[in-house]
Parts: sequence; C-alpha cells; structure tokens
Amino acid sequence: MTTTESRGFVGTPVRRREDPALLSGEARFVDDLVVSGALHFALVRSPVAHARIRSVDTTAAASMPGVVAVFTGAELAGDWLGPIPCAWPVTADMKNPPHYPLAVDEVCYAGDGVAVVVATSDALARDAAGSVVVDYEELPAVVDLEDASSDRALVHAALGTNRAYTWELIPDPDAVERAFAEAAHVVSERYIQQRLIPSAMEPRGVLAVPEPFGGNLTLYASTQTPHIVRVMVAATLGMPESKLRVVAPAVGGGFGSKIDVYAEDLLAVALARRLRRPVRWREERSENTQATIHGRGQVQHIELAADAEGRVQAVRVRLLADMGAYLQLVTPGVPLLGAFLYHGVYDIPAYSFSCTAVFTTTTPTDAYRGAGRPEATYAIERAMDALAAKTGIDPAELRRRNYIRAEQFPYASAAGLVFDSGNYHAGLDEALSVVRYDELRAEQADRRARGDRVQLGIGLSSYVEMCGLAPSRVLASLNYGAGGWEAATVRILPTGKVQVVTGSSPHGQGHETAWSQIVADELGVPMEDVEVLHGDTAVSPHGLDTYGSRSLSVGGTAVWLAGQRVLDKARAIAAHQLEAAEDDLEYTSGAFSVRGSPERSLPIQAIAFEAFTAHNLPDGMEANLEASISWDPPNFTFPSGTHVAVVEVDTETGAVRIRTYVAVDDCGNQINPLIVAGQVHGGVAQGVAQALFEEAVYDEAGNLLTSTLADYLVPSAADLPAYTLSSTVTPSPTNPLGVKGVGEAGTIASTPAVMNAVVDALRPRGVTDIVMPASPWRVWEALEASSGETDKEVGA
Amino acid sequence: MIPAAFEYRRVHTVEDAVAQLGELGDDAKLLAGGHSLLPLMRLRLATPAVVVDIGRVEGLSYVRDEGDQVAIGALTRHRDVEISPVLREMVPLLAHAASQVGDPQVRHRGTIGGSLAHGDPASDLPAVVLALGGTLVAQGPGGRREIPAGEFFTGFLETALEPGEVLVEVRVPASPGGWSFQKFNRRAQDWAIVGVAAVRRNGSSGVALVNMGSTPVRARATEEALASGASVADAAALAAEGLDPPADLNASPEFRAHLARVLVRRALEEAGG
Amino acid sequence: MRYWIEAGQVTGRGASEKGVPMRVQVRVNGVEHEDEVEPRVLLVHYLREVVGLTGTNVGCDTSSCGACTVLLDGESVKSCTLLAAQADGHEVTTIEGLASPDGTLHPMQAAFREHHGLQCGYCTPGMVMAAVSLLAEHPSPTEAEVREGLEGNLCRCTGYHNIVKAVLAAAEAAPAPVGR
Ligand SMILES: Cc1cc2nc3c(=O)[nH]c(=O)nc-3n(C[C@H](O)[C@H](O)[C@H](O)COP(=O)(O)OP(=O)(O)OC[C@H]3O[C@@H](n4cnc5c(N)ncnc54)[C@H](O)[C@@H]3O)c2cc1C
Ligand code: FES
Ligand code: FES
Repeated sequence: MTTTESRGFVGTPVRRREDPALLSGEARFVDDLVVSGALHFALVRSPVAHARIRSVDTTAAASMPGVVAVFTGAELAGDWLGPIPCAWPVTADMKNPPHYPLAVDEVCYAGDGVAVVVATSDALARDAAGSVVVDYEELPAVVDLEDASSDRALVHAALGTNRAYTWELIPDPDAVERAFAEAAHVVSERYIQQRLIPSAMEPRGVLAVPEPFGGNLTLYASTQTPHIVRVMVAATLGMPESKLRVVAPAVGGGFGSKIDVYAEDLLAVALARRLRRPVRWREERSENTQATIHGRGQVQHIELAADAEGRVQAVRVRLLADMGAYLQLVTPGVPLLGAFLYHGVYDIPAYSFSCTAVFTTTTPTDAYRGAGRPEATYAIERAMDALAAKTGIDPAELRRRNYIRAEQFPYASAAGLVFDSGNYHAGLDEALSVVRYDELRAEQADRRARGDRVQLGIGLSSYVEMCGLAPSRVLASLNYGAGGWEAATVRILPTGKVQVVTGSSPHGQGHETAWSQIVADELGVPMEDVEVLHGDTAVSPHGLDTYGSRSLSVGGTAVWLAGQRVLDKARAIAAHQLEAAEDDLEYTSGAFSVRGSPERSLPIQAIAFEAFTAHNLPDGMEANLEASISWDPPNFTFPSGTHVAVVEVDTETGAVRIRTYVAVDDCGNQINPLIVAGQVHGGVAQGVAQALFEEAVYDEAGNLLTSTLADYLVPSAADLPAYTLSSTVTPSPTNPLGVKGVGEAGTIASTPAVMNAVVDALRPRGVTDIVMPASPWRVWEALEASSGETDKEVGA
Repeated sequence: MIPAAFEYRRVHTVEDAVAQLGELGDDAKLLAGGHSLLPLMRLRLATPAVVVDIGRVEGLSYVRDEGDQVAIGALTRHRDVEISPVLREMVPLLAHAASQVGDPQVRHRGTIGGSLAHGDPASDLPAVVLALGGTLVAQGPGGRREIPAGEFFTGFLETALEPGEVLVEVRVPASPGGWSFQKFNRRAQDWAIVGVAAVRRNGSSGVALVNMGSTPVRARATEEALASGASVADAAALAAEGLDPPADLNASPEFRAHLARVLVRRALEEAGG
Repeated sequence: MRYWIEAGQVTGRGASEKGVPMRVQVRVNGVEHEDEVEPRVLLVHYLREVVGLTGTNVGCDTSSCGACTVLLDGESVKSCTLLAAQADGHEVTTIEGLASPDGTLHPMQAAFREHHGLQCGYCTPGMVMAAVSLLAEHPSPTEAEVREGLEGNLCRCTGYHNIVKAVLAAAEAAPAPVGR
C-alpha cells in the first residue's frame, strides 16, 4: 500500500472544530440532557467487601417522599437473560462467575449493587437509598493477590478456586532453558503494578428514554462504546437490537473505563421498560471509584538471561493478575494485550510468558489506558535498568546494544508478532541529545560525590506497543468475542457538502477534526464542508468504537478508504458525462478533468448533484455519491519511542520532583501534530501519576480507602512538569495513511521512565526498587531499609 | 452528593447568631465560608438539623493594625489574609501561610474563623496562630472573652468554644522578624502531611506543628531547647518529642516524626537567628 | 406551603425550614434570576437544574476537582461547595457568560482553543473560569504561578501542558477583564 500525500490539511496543526462547543458550555454531556418527566435512580451498594445477603428490607424506602419504585436484586432477576457480559473467555476452561446488575444472594466487593430506588429527583432517590436496610452475613475478604492465589479463602465458593485461568505463551521452552543455563548474567525481578482508578473527569451517567409507542428505546450513555453497548444490552435484556438506539453524547474522557457494559446501563433500560418513563442515573465520584472498573493490579516476575556483553538472550515472565470480583467486558484479556510485548524493543530470541488471573473481593478491573502494554513495558524497562546496574553498562548503551535494528523490519518476534516498522536507535539518539544526557550524568556524578541532599536520577524507557486493534482473525485466535474491523461511510450530499460517518466513538481525541482533515484533503474540498457524525447507533449503525489506540489506524483508514470508493464512483460519472475514458481523467483540487484539456472538467460538487438528479448517469449506476466500507486491518501497528525522565529526589523527605521530561515518539505519519502532542502530554501525565501519585488502596477488610479525589491523588498542574516533545517518523506499511496510533504511548512510556529515574537517583544508597507510587513515605522507607545511616544524617 | 435536608437560617449580627445557638443547641451548626462544613455535609458525614449562616454578619471581616498586635475578624477570608498589607508587613508568617491553604477557590471562601473554630489538626492556620502565641476572642450570651491560642485546641475537631459561643476575632502579636512556614504535601491542593510554623522574635521562638497529633500542637521540646541555647540541629531533633502523630495513607507515625524533625530544622534555618 | 423565617422574624427571604423551598435571587451572567430552592441545593445544582445552564460540570464530591468553578462577584469559587442560598444577592458568572453576545470567544477561551488546552472538555469550563480569576489577580504570572494558580482544578486528558501554555498566552495577549 502507498501512503497518502498531504494536499493541505493532513500533517498540519489544524485547530479543533470540537472546541467552540466545549469551550462555551454548549456541548451536552449525558447529565446535561434535559428530558422532561425523567425519574432518577440510585443504587443501594454494599458497604462490605464480601457477604451473604440475609435480607433486604425496602419498606421504609418505598414510603419516602418522591419514591416511585424500589427493586431488590431478586425482584429484577427475571429481567436479565444473562449476566453482565464478558466478551473475552481467554481459555476454554476460564472460570467466569455470573455477575448480575443487582446481587441476589451474595456481594463480592464493596460497591456491588443490592437494590435500586427510583424517585422523582436524584436527591430523593439517594435519600431513600439510605433507608433500605440490608442484613449482611460477612464472609472473608480476599484483597492480596498472592493470598488470593493460595485459595486460603474463596471469593466465589462455587468455583472451588480463586484462579480464573492460566494462559501461557512459550513458543520454544528449550530455547529459554538453554539461554538461562548459558547466561553470563541473570536478573530476576519482582514488580508490583498497583491498582489504579481511571478517574475520567466526567463520572458515568445514563439516561434511558422509551418511545411512547412501539417499544423503541434510546439509551444515552457516557460510553466509549455505543455500538458494543447496544449489542450487549439488547442481548442481556432479550430485546430486539433494532429497537435499541444508543447515543454517546459529549463524553468526558474514558481511558478504558467507559468501554464496559455496566450494571447501570442495564438497569436504566430495564427500569425504563418497566416504568414506561425516562429514567436517569448520575454517578457520584465516590461511586465511580467503586462501581466503575479499576485498572492494572499485577504482581510481575521477570527474568532476563544475558551474555557477557549484556545482550539479552531470553526473557521469562510470570504474572499474577487481579481480576477483581468479576470479569467485566474484557477483564481477562488485559494481560494478553501485553503478553506479546515483554521483550520490549529488544531483539530477544527466546520468550516465555505465563499469567495466572485471580479473583479478589474488590472492584472488577478492566482495560485502563494502555491495557497490558504499560505493564509489559514497565517490567522489561525496569529489568533492563537492573541488568545495566548488574553489568555496569550504561543504561542507554545497554539498550542500544539490544534494540531490534532498523534493517530487521518487518521483524518477526519470538513471541510471534510481526513488527511493521521502526527505528529505535534514532529515537534514542534524539532523546539523549534533547535531554543532554552526558551533561546530566556529569551533574549526577558531581552530586553523588558531594553527597548532596538532593540527588539526581535519570531514567530511560524505550517502548513499542501494539495498536490498531486488530486483525479479526488474530482476535479469533485469542478467543476474543468480536472482530477488530471498523466501519465508515463517506457521503457527498446533493449540495456538495460531505458527511463522514465513523464507527469510532471519540471522547476527547478530536476525531471530528482529524477525520475532516483526511477527507477534505482526499476529496479536495474545504474542511468546513466536511461534517463528521459519530456516537449514535441510529446514524452510524456499524462500528467497534474507540479504545486501544485503534481509532486512527483502523477507523481513520476506513474513512479514507470509503473516500476512495466515492472518488471511484465520481470518476465513473465524470467519465460518462465528459465523454472520456476514466484513465484519461485526473483529479485535482476537487475536480475531474480530462488530461490535456483542463477546460473539460467537473467539480466533485457538480458530480454529487448529478448523482442526485440521476438524469445522466452511466447505465446501472445507483443514484448517490456515497460509499460504506468496513476495514479489517492486516496487522497491528507498532508505535515506539524513547522517553527520558530527570528527577530530583530529596533524600531527607523522600520528595520526588520531575525536573525535565523528554518524550520522543514515533507514531508514523501524523495527521494533526497538535492532537498528537496533546495525546502524548495527557498520556505522560497519567503514567507519571502511576509512578508517583496514584494507588487504589484497600484495607484488609476490603474497604476502598481511596474512594474520593481527596484521597486518590490525581495530580494537578502544580504537581506535574512541562514536557519536551520530539518525534521520529517511520510510516506504518500496514495502512494507506501510514499511521500507527498515539493514544496510549505516553502512558506506556512514562511510568518506567520515572521509576527508573527515582531508582537511579538512589542506587548508590543501595535502593534497587520502590513500590509504586513512589510517595515520599515509600522513598523514605526504601532509604531507611537500605541503610541504617539515613536517620542519623538527617538529624545532624 | 447533595447534603441531607436541613433548615436554613441567616443571621446578620453576632447577637442573633448567639441567640440562635442558644435556642437550637446541638441541632445547629454555624456556616461561615462553608469549606469545612459543606464537604462533610455533602458526604453526609455531618447532618445538622439547622444551618445558621453567619456569612453576612456585618463587620466581622477586617484586618486591623493595633500597634503591637493585629486584630483579624473571624469572617476574614484566607484570600484577604493573604493579601492584607498590614499582615504582610506585621505578621508575614500568617499572610504567607494563608496563601498555602487549599487552592484559590478555597481561599476565596474559607475564613480564618472557620479554620480555627473547626479545630482540624491538619489545617494550616491553627498552627500559625499557635506559633505566634495569638489570642482568640469569643462572644457568647454573657459577652466577650479571650482565649489564648495555647488553650483553644482541646481535642480532635474540638475547641474551647462553649456551645453558645461564636468566634469573632483572632489577635496575633506583630512579628515582623524571622519566620518560616513549611508545608509538606503530595499535591499542592492538599492538606499538609506535616507542616511547621516557626517564628523568632526578640530571641524567643515559637514553633508549632500541623498534623502531628489530635490537635494543632506546639513543638515544646524544640522551643525549650532553643530557649536554653541549643543549636538549631539539636533543637530540631526534638521536634516530635512527646507527640503522637497520626497514621494515614500518606504517612506512618514514624515518617511524620521524621518529617517533623527535618522540616523544623529547615524552618528554623530559614527563620534565622 | 411555604414558610419563611429570618432570624426569628418573618420577613420573606433568607431562611427556610427543613426541606421547604426558600427564595433566592442571583444575577447570573448579567441576568437577574429569582427562584425557589430547597436550602440544601448547591449553587452548581441551582445553576444546572434551575437556571438551566449546564456548562458548569460536577466531577467530584469532595471539592477537589474544580470542574464546577464559576465566578462569584468576579472571584473563582467551587460552586459545589456553596449553597445556592449563600449566593443569594450575589453575581455569578458561568462559562456561558464569558463569550461576547455575538459569540466571539473570551480571550481565555480563544487561547485554550489556539493552544489545544482541552480534549474531552469536561474540566474545561471550570479550568477556564479558574484561569480568568487567576489573571484578574495576577495579570502577568510566571509558568510556576499559573501551575500553582490552577492547583484546585483537575484535568485527566491534557496533562496540563497546553492549559498552562494557553493561560500564559492569554496573559501575554491582554490582561483579560473579569467576565461580567
Ligand atoms: C478542597 C479543600 C482544600 C482545603 N485545604 C486546606 C488546607 O490545605 N489547609 C487548611 O488549613 N484548610 C484547608 N481547607 C479548609 C478551609 O481552609 C476551610 O475554609 C476552613 O478550614 C474553614 O473555614 P470556613 O469559613 O469555610 O468554615 P465553615 O466550613 O463554614 O465552618 C467550619 C466549622 O467551624 C464552625 N465555625 C465557623 N465559623 C465559626 C465562628 N466564627 N465561630 C464558631 N464556629 C464557627 C462551623 O460551625 C463548622 O463547624 C480546605 C478545604 C477544601 C474544601
Ligand atoms: S465538583 Fe469537584 S470541586 Fe466542585
Ligand atoms: S480535557 Fe478532559 S478532563 Fe480536561
């Protein structure tokens, strides 16, 4: 395939067309939609992690002011055809305990729904929910992953084990054994991926509006996946899919947490159906932290076998992955999204990966920005630094020695993937030169020699991720319950204006702008003439939505290909009317003209009008200028890059400050560099937050201690640095746009960069690891543990 | 979440506020800036039957130069304390500490009176007023009385205010000499994990700590050591002596004690003298 | 049935029994509004549900995120941490009141757009209002002052880099007048 050539918009920092509505308060998020007569519902949620439900008494609540109805789990049990869906049974013997929108007999995490109150206002519904009396017989909580894997206490007694599945990828076990047996250096590391709370700034919300006649229903939801929600809600409630319309209005961020099909989506539709009135629910932040999925949550063991020069010959990984109490939409598949990438950007010939997934009595986990790939990158990049320390080779040099080389692409990895393209050495060189690596190392040596209270740490992280989920056949081989294609329609209206219908569903990514850039260039029309429609299953019935950095490489490509089909059709009409052969036509600046006689020309707008009147079309041609396609990518795309974090660690207080952050990313061709930079900034911030600030903390009884934004430390502008960005460009040969995807890169790269920097600062003091987040307390404890001297120095 | 339902009464004079408190007793809560009370009510951790809004009481927002001391009205907002030219000159420690409270939006609403009356050991201004050796003026049914800051904080979220009393004024001695305010937290908007207010005046030192016990506390051992001529380093090493710092998600008692020692030393170095 | 008490005397405004609506008068974006609200109604709910201005968002229940930031008499406040009753008799400016009547964006809004200071846009109204208030108090801030000045506003999308750039650019362009 060829790459497109920009005709003006593509590749330039076009200002976003989404912005005016968002900046003026006109954009409508779910909770902004006004529907008269709507009822509100509130859930009664379990305050305990694990318990048998002895009884639920709703009498007091039912008689409270404004209350229209109260239902327990038992009372609604007949409404569900099946449990809340999980679409990814990764192994044939995977355990998947049924999870219904409201629990009937047993609750398995704090926040699990027990009953629902419907009232005339949100306040009254919540007032009444507080009066529902539930009698719980408490069961043991299971919070710790290693404890869970021991089956000491069971989350789901009926399963007989807490282990959901074990999944392995060991293409050549002998090669791995041999590499470790022959290794000059072996590093063996254990890392913790703490649990994270995605914390999109807009909590979730739903609004279900039944039509007065005919049984049709519209579900407005703060979701990344209106198409998936539609299929799953219809199937779970046994309603004809054709009668359900799902609309994602303005959506205030998702980061994976709005991929899922949730209890409240199902409850909204069930309640609207029962009560024949619109019903709505608005999530409180302290509900969001418990009732919306969490991310990460792994214990990682990684071993590297290297030769005397530090060339890594084998990587062996064992994971314990926290599923939480139940399997949500793609919960079990998250570790698999990283399973192929534990060798990182390095040419490592022998590969061994195994993951055991366990249930705990905590909020279910699922895909959180990066999903599997940040975990993989963290493990290999931290381990590479450990190997650098062990061999005494500079971390940058060690990486350079091990990179897959530019001439090796397409590169067949030991894990079984084919990497499309890349130039990892170029990314490293650029990053080191921008950050002035040698000067920093000199300053570091100086501070070390002086015994400075503030030590400098320099952390590198090189990453590759797989994006563009995904070739449907590959997904089939992984047992995923859906395909990986994306749909698009391009339609030129009779007046010459263009409508683009996309199956991806943006919530901050700027698709309206980027898709218009692509199509405006392709068709040679002004950007203002292109309108992008999305997020409404009545407008775009086909689609697989937005996650996994797939929108541009799959959805954007689909849009471009649909545009090509429109041009093909337009060319046929033009040839007919200009009485020329199609091959004699050329298309420039939005018009077909006969080669050599430019006066014989037809602009695309005129062709659209001809297609509308149908007065003079070639025989058999349909009267429209429109094409729909669904595109299934032949491979993943593999964005890559190197990030460098420079931190200052106050060795007295344990405070870590990021002084400089340099990101060099290669996402292939860039449609809009402004949007690319924004994605990197936001991604880096989230990754830094994992390294330094955020952690979902449960106590032993399974209570979430970080249930508000006062305790769960999403950082502010004052807590984060400015970022220095640069890029290299190796177009992807996988798609005609040559694009790769950039939505998750920053998150993937930054966490290990920062943690490598913190550990680098303290390595001379004997510190080799700090459990994330590297809070002042943890840093101080690590210093205390590694040298009994610290406290004496400080007092003096 | 929306607070549980309550009755709302607005008063315009301190006398009315006192009368309301007398009439309603424990059922009532005074509302000043609302930035401690409303967050509790939104989470339904506080469910007062009656909220008595004193926010519009006339003449309780002022900063007055009284020569050797400065008088500050209870309803003076953090922002006004922060930018007060009188305080910046006469008690720069207090003006600076006010600029470190929460975030700008909080400082546009929260009041010094609310901050002190709430009695939160994690709040910044109580420790500052302690370090300065300030005085609080309360008005009750029987008139006004003065309470030394050292006697004001009696327990976790408890103060020496009688149930029927309203805090009307805070007085702090002019302290233009050396001072330091060290606030250690993980995010800029958060309360301190540990904070230190230090002031050195005429050879004597006031040092008080934020979030190092169930009340705002003085670092007595440090103060006494300094008084008897100990070096800054030696005095700072005693900062957590006799204290029982709390444990939470950000720090163990040991880490808090350690931070107190480090931050007191830095504060004394910065305050100089 | 309504029943008004003001500090013991029956006068009509400024008090309400438990759960019973009370009257508030708020000038919102230059327009006088007089409504009846329950005492527990927060300013943000009043603005969104009674006045019908849904640009101001709610992102938390602990006064942490700043999504609800509006100007009260020209100063930034978190409208989730104020009773509507406390705004009685005051002037509120929301994001909807910032642009000129002809739709021209306020310089701060324009700077956010120019510098890509927003992605999903959920934090944006609060962030813009906080930034307007910040510049009113510090017309030419340093980068560090902008970051500190926005400490009460959380954004999950942008990593703040471009927000800070936008605010600095707005300060550079012209000290923006407080939107009234
Ligand atoms: C997001 C956020 C962050 C914050 N961060 C900090 C911080 O970093 N440091 C810090 O110190 N504070 C912080 N605060 C608290 C803030 O400073 C409060 O404004 C202050 O503690 C209380 O003042 P207020 O006027 O808002 O009091 P209110 O909330 O109105 O009242 C607090 C309590 O004091 C009582 N009360 C109020 N005034 C009087 C009076 N005159 N007489 C008797 N009783 C009275 C009330 O009945 C109530 O019990 C933060 C608050 C928020 C919301
Ligand atoms: S809604 Fe979060 S601070 Fe107001
Ligand atoms: S732009 Fe999405 S939260 Fe700020």
